[in-house]
Amino acid sequence: MGIKPNSENNSSTGDDIRLKSGREGLMGWLNPTRYGWERVSYWLQRLTGVGLLIYFIGHIYETSSLVNGINAWNSMLELTQTTGGHIFLLLVIGASTFHTVNGLRLIFTESGIGIGRPGRPDYPYDATSLNYKQKSGIWVALLLATIAMLYGGMVMFGDVT
Amino acid sequence: MSEETNKIKLKVYRTNYNKEESPHYDEFDVSVKRWTTVLDALLDAKSYSDSSLGIRYSCRMASCGSCGMKINGRPRLACYTKISELNDQTIVCDPLPNFPRIRDLVTDFTEFFAHHKKIEPYIHNEKVPIDVAKKDDLVEFKQTPEDVDKYLQFSYCIKCGLCYSACPTVATDTKFPGPQALSQAYRYTADNRDSGESTRFNIVDERHGIWRCHFAGSCSNVCPKGVDPALGIQLLKGHLIGITKNDKKIATLRSKEE
Repeated sequence: MGIKPNSENNSSTGDDIRLKSGREGLMGWLNPTRYGWERVSYWLQRLTGVGLLIYFIGHIYETSSLVNGINAWNSMLELTQTTGGHIFLLLVIGASTFHTVNGLRLIFTESGIGIGRPGRPDYPYDATSLNYKQKSGIWVALLLATIAMLYGGMVMFGDVT
Repeated sequence: MSEETNKIKLKVYRTNYNKEESPHYDEFDVSVKRWTTVLDALLDAKSYSDSSLGIRYSCRMASCGSCGMKINGRPRLACYTKISELNDQTIVCDPLPNFPRIRDLVTDFTEFFAHHKKIEPYIHNEKVPIDVAKKDDLVEFKQTPEDVDKYLQFSYCIKCGLCYSACPTVATDTKFPGPQALSQAYRYTADNRDSGESTRFNIVDERHGIWRCHFAGSCSNVCPKGVDPALGIQLLKGHLIGITKNDKKIATLRSKEE
């Protein structure tokens, strides 16, 4: 008698105990709640990373319109001069600022810098690596992204030049 | 002195794949006191309402790591979670995510233990004889308390699987060893009795290995023993890229005369 995982269906043969895969899949990382600021930062870093990649591809497509002449370029630029275009650019500003600043934080933390040293754990077992020193990097990234978006919004929607 | 008794609703995930039973929740009304744990409540339901309820437990004191489950949306040990601290009149119990499900709240740890075994979680040291014929052949290492402090917290791991079930990378990558195995790789790397650093580096430094961890910190957030797997993993990465210091001197053996 043995245990045989079967993620595709529930079928099995002989005396095998039937198992069902409990893997969360994409839903596992799409939900940033319940696990603290580091999980939120992980989620935002991925979302902004994917978003910026899509923007980068779009940006190459946009600038490549130059080869079709000035009129093609101008018509492409007009797309960003609408309210929807401005909101999209605001999101790009926020995403790129957050991704850069939080990325710097991650370069340090993932190299073992700023996450504390091992020691004898005491109840209630607050994790050393989830300290406020590295956590403040997330808040700074969010704050700077908000400031950048506000300034970008004032330039695009207001009178600031 | 009498203690106040409350009534709570216990919602338990039920399924039996061997009987083609579709997943559903069963509800049990349980009387609880201030100190009642989720495991106590589940055992109450099993004793007085439905004896077919599938749960796994052993020590009831957060030492064996058997009763891990998702309680109100978070992986926790049922024996270590008091109902009063959840501040909810409804307690929802699900099987641990990212583990194959056997029945009800019981999950299969085969893959999890295989990842743990793969990182060779034991002391590598060629100077120590493996075959000990006589009692006199036994030797011991000289290790200071400071040497012990470098790995002690990681050796408190009870292999309950909570970190594995909270990890967003494990959720999408079946080959990723997970926080438990990787932190144990660091535990032996930091241990100055061990000289198998390069062997373990080769095991974890691969496509689905340590670099898939992006410090979501969820493992450390749910660890019930203060192991802080995220700390071990990031320190191990630092060692791998040569940023954090690794000034380990392999411990010497105590001579028979000492």
